[in-house]
Amino acid sequence: MIIDRDPQTLYRHMLRIRTFEQQVLDWFPRGLFYGTTHTYLGQEADAVGVMTALQQGDVVVSNHRCHGHFLAYGGSMEALAAELMGRQSGVCAGRGGSQHIQWRDFYANGILGGTLPLAAGMALAERAADSGRLVVAFTGDGALGEGVVYETFNMAALWRLPLLIVLENNRYAQSTPIELNLAGTIAGRFAAFGIPMVEVETTDVEQIADTATALAEEVRQAAGPAALVIHTYRYGPHSKGDDSRDPAEIERHRQDDPLPLQAARLDPATLAEIEGQVTAEVEAAFQAAAEAPPAAPEALTPALEAMV
Amino acid sequence: MRVVESLRAGLRQSLAADETVHFLGEDVLDPYGGAFKVAEGLSTQFPDRVHTTPVSEAGIVGLGVGMALRGLKPVVEIMFGDFVTLAADQLINHAAKFRWMSNDQVRVPLVVRTPMGGRRGYGPTHSQTLDRLYLGVPGLRVVAPHSLLDPGVMLADAILLEQDPLLFLEHKLLYSQTVRQLDDLPEFVSDRSAGRYPVNRFGLRGAPPASWTFTTYGYMTGLVLEAIERLAYQHEIFAEAIVYTQLSPFDPTPLAASLARTGRLLTVEEGSRTHGWGAEAAAAAASACLQPPLIRRVAAKDMPVPAAGPLEDEVLPGVDDVVQAVLAERAKGSGR
Repeated sequence: MIIDRDPQTLYRHMLRIRTFEQQVLDWFPRGLFYGTTHTYLGQEADAVGVMTALQQGDVVVSNHRCHGHFLAYGGSMEALAAELMGRQSGVCAGRGGSQHIQWRDFYANGILGGTLPLAAGMALAERAADSGRLVVAFTGDGALGEGVVYETFNMAALWRLPLLIVLENNRYAQSTPIELNLAGTIAGRFAAFGIPMVEVETTDVEQIADTATALAEEVRQAAGPAALVIHTYRYGPHSKGDDSRDPAEIERHRQDDPLPLQAARLDPATLAEIEGQVTAEVEAAFQAAAEAPPAAPEALTPALEAMV
Repeated sequence: MRVVESLRAGLRQSLAADETVHFLGEDVLDPYGGAFKVAEGLSTQFPDRVHTTPVSEAGIVGLGVGMALRGLKPVVEIMFGDFVTLAADQLINHAAKFRWMSNDQVRVPLVVRTPMGGRRGYGPTHSQTLDRLYLGVPGLRVVAPHSLLDPGVMLADAILLEQDPLLFLEHKLLYSQTVRQLDDLPEFVSDRSAGRYPVNRFGLRGAPPASWTFTTYGYMTGLVLEAIERLAYQHEIFAEAIVYTQLSPFDPTPLAASLARTGRLLTVEEGSRTHGWGAEAAAAAASACLQPPLIRRVAAKDMPVPAAGPLEDEVLPGVDDVVQAVLAERAKGSGR
């Protein structure tokens, strides 16, 4: 298992993401990061719950909001911070930045929806190799506007590919609420292609873990693709400075914060220990990243020669 | 052997040589075998690795990218080159980017092959030469065979040996042409650069030194050689041809070497003139020359390709256009 399904571990992983993302927003004004960022604040239970359903070697395809997926997958916090800061020690040595993260069997691309056919192709490759691995593709409500998503649903179902689609509906595509973007229902889209789907409206990581595990098992039995739709919410802006939502609405959703929900299952001493460790881990990661040498332009010369 | 059979043989050899090779495309199953019949027989011989797909160009190129990222060597056929526009995101933002943005941790050995070009009356959306849209995309190699080499060998090399994505452009009129060896052209002397996607130089046998360099690729190669003969025999103007198979990235070295001898460049392409392949070829070659060469271009008119034969003939460049471009310079006193 990529993440063990015990209450403490689940909480620790969610807190790592929460603290990391909060630190990104806190440090943004310092001018250390290149470009922008899409934080995962509020959605932590999705990535952490889903990772409990995966085995080492399973493939994860992620999107622009990939920090949480990457950290839950087991990616290095320091390397991610370094990537955001354009350091040589970044996950991709500063070439990719916040939304293009590649490590082991984890692939992220910031093009909305365009990653889904990739995930289906990967699933086809794993089946051809009889590897027993499944592919998980994280996507969101915004991507449902992209046509290639439906091309993929069609082929994944037609060819019964070992693909688990995790659709995180955080109810906003950048600034536009889902009511202004989406006709029909999300469930109806999967039903149209005969893709089994489970829909949960929860921030409970344990419920997500149970649901994802059952679905992943179905996919692994070679039954074809399946979908997990998680109705969730992000507490931060889409990226930076583009939040026009009603603060009262955000506050209302904060009542369902996944972290306190899971913290309530742990004793205070354990909580304090985890919090101390995670705070120290995040601080050390950002400090080390900030002190690392910047990405080296000299490295571009051999790269250019390799492209001819 | 015709070009279509050569390409088919290249695909068959690739599928036979390497079990990770998969072939995807629309209508590719037997007995149909694809709209231009390049895939004929493949699905019978390799039923598990030849996939007929829905009409989903973006989807199937994306699938190919994913397959390539996970250890396969996919070949995707796009039925008409005009439809590659539908897969532009997958080619540009996925196929061409993953190696780069992963800091070379992953590679994408994907071949997308498609027929381009007009002269069959298919009209504005099925006759285009859209090559230029995919040229100059870092991380994407674009190649185009002609019938004076074995296109199937070039295709098999691309499939089996490349580790990065490649767009393989086949002009529709090449399919029925006979593959000729250089020995089959007694009028010409030729040499060929090394490498998978060679540059050929063609000059008339026994002719005086050339005063023009014509550069071209693909189907236009045959027309350019015809123009070279006509100019020599009817007008005593001598030219040599530098024929490319790799369009992008573009290596101006062989072109510049020829221009050092001739000083006059005519680029010849079937795509429309403005912002075309010839513009980059001319600029890159001129930059590599000590003396600035004379530069002229022959290309399609800057308008969509019409369906009706006489209109299509008027828009697309032919042998006459090449001959006239050179004669016009002589009339002005700038070309011999």
